[in-house]
Amino acid sequence: MENFYLGVSIFLCFFVLLCLYRVVFGPTIIDRIVGVGAIGTKTLVVLVLIGFIYGRIEMFLDIIMVYAILNFIGTLAAAKYFEGRGEI
Amino acid sequence: MEIVKGISVIFILVGCFFFATGTIGFLRFPDFYSRMHATGKGDTLAVLITLLGLSVYHAAYHGAILDSIKLVVVAVFVFLANPTATHAISRAAFRCGVKPWTREGSK
Repeated sequence: MENFYLGVSIFLCFFVLLCLYRVVFGPTIIDRIVGVGAIGTKTLVVLVLIGFIYGRIEMFLDIIMVYAILNFIGTLAAAKYFEGRGEI
Repeated sequence: MEIVKGISVIFILVGCFFFATGTIGFLRFPDFYSRMHATGKGDTLAVLITLLGLSVYHAAYHGAILDSIKLVVVAVFVFLANPTATHAISRAAFRCGVKPWTREGSK
């Protein structure tokens, strides 16, 4: 099962690279923020899989919870910051 | 026990499929709002399905019920938080004047 987890992790890292294209070359600033959020969501699943591969999921679970909350708060803060500004 | 492993593997593979569709839509769609639509819905469902499959496998094979419950709590939190973030940032884009894509005014 560990080899399957490793394969799924590499698959998700490939999609992180594809999202990174939109972060670097995005037409608007909001595209970049959405790309960072999508990368954070994929990183969450990769962290769970790393916890299962190392067999230390009880330690990684706290990191995963904090990462999910920080991803959410970061996107909300960026949305609030760019809401009052004019044309992007 | 083998059938639980099969169900878990199927769940994780379906989650990977939804991650793939969300990412491809995020790369290929023409304007901001449709890209937002693809990645918001696809990633939310993918995280939910993948974490449910992992927690089922963990509870059945290692007997760690508490860790499985924590994984389900993370999945439910993402299931609530990701659409909220999508809505907030989409409203911010609309108030900043990002125009939706239409066929006649196509770029």
